Amino acid sequence: MADFRLPPNSRIRKGENFRLTGSAGNVRRFAVYRYDPDSGENPRLDTYEVDMDHCGPMVLDALIKIKNEIDATLTFRRSCREGICGSCAMNIDGSNTLACTLAVEDVRGDVKVYPLPHMPVVKDLVPDLTNFYAQYASIKPWLQTRTPPPPDRERLQTKEDQELIDEPAACILCACCSAGCPSYWWNSDRFLGPAALLAAYRWLVDSRDEATGERLDELEDPFRLYRCHTIMNCTDACPKGLNPAKAIAATKKMLAERR
Amino acid sequence: MSLRTPLGRALGLGTARAGTEHWWAQRVSAVALLLLGTWFVIALVMLDGLDYAAAVAFIGAPWNSVLLILLSVMLAYHSYLGVQVVVEDYVHAPGIKVVSLMLSRFAHIFVAVTAVYAVFKIGVGA
Repeated sequence: MADFRLPPNSRIRKGENFRLTGSAGNVRRFAVYRYDPDSGENPRLDTYEVDMDHCGPMVLDALIKIKNEIDATLTFRRSCREGICGSCAMNIDGSNTLACTLAVEDVRGDVKVYPLPHMPVVKDLVPDLTNFYAQYASIKPWLQTRTPPPPDRERLQTKEDQELIDEPAACILCACCSAGCPSYWWNSDRFLGPAALLAAYRWLVDSRDEATGERLDELEDPFRLYRCHTIMNCTDACPKGLNPAKAIAATKKMLAERR
Repeated sequence: MSLRTPLGRALGLGTARAGTEHWWAQRVSAVALLLLGTWFVIALVMLDGLDYAAAVAFIGAPWNSVLLILLSVMLAYHSYLGVQVVVEDYVHAPGIKVVSLMLSRFAHIFVAVTAVYAVFKIGVGA
């Protein structure tokens, strides 16, 4: 059966409380999930007080400040700090999003920061995305053709055809959607999840691609595609404002059309 | 521990090349139930008298019998498709999964056949 409770070694206990010393006008508390596999201990929730008058506006700014000034052992991924690399995807205030594009101001009360849900945790806020990336690779995310490319130019595409792939191609593979999908939680070993399915759709609607049929063949499976029950957490979570649920519905429609 | 590559694990046993039929059947039976269900609710509201005789007379009327049989079969079919998905979603132990799917199929067929037989018996008056 599906597990509805965390296994005993994953249950979260109370952690340390890092209080701010001295006076500060604008203090925010951050409750951060901590897990160190080497310690053999259960995960814990540490709280940090941050003086927001001397900190950037985003949650990522606060996490970097905590790591630099309060607790250097805090581990998380980050790179571009402007919502294009997808590294700092985590669960903040109960929703999967990018720490670099969510303002602390927009969170009420304590800022609760957890790793992406239902993924194996490597350390602290770093999830193991191996299966997620493998599933992305499994949909063959590259152009497949039989017609050789023209010798003197690129493969051409009309403006209208290009616009079809505009949105799905804007996915940054941060995994916020897949990690927010209950179907993916229970069946991520076989269900591809919204991110990989959005990527698959990006190639299905690419006017230059000549493997549409083979791609649909590979998706037509009770688990790979049809575990999607239109819950739409994916669309809700996407920090880029994309719509994986719509892409999945369109894929199902293509499969129904070719019957 | 497994030394299979992540891609090998993700590809698993490959695609079943199925699921579209199931997905479409869910939609078709849902639309059928919407129509049959609407009829059933209206028919119940318009039923004059709530005693045994009135109910038997209602079920025995030819068009009512036909629609009731359709409603029972569609209801059981739609429910079977739904329960199957629920089991596939949540039951992962292979043995229990197969047994659950089998029992669910038996139960749904049993309910449908019983309902059809009951309506038929009243309609024909056997």
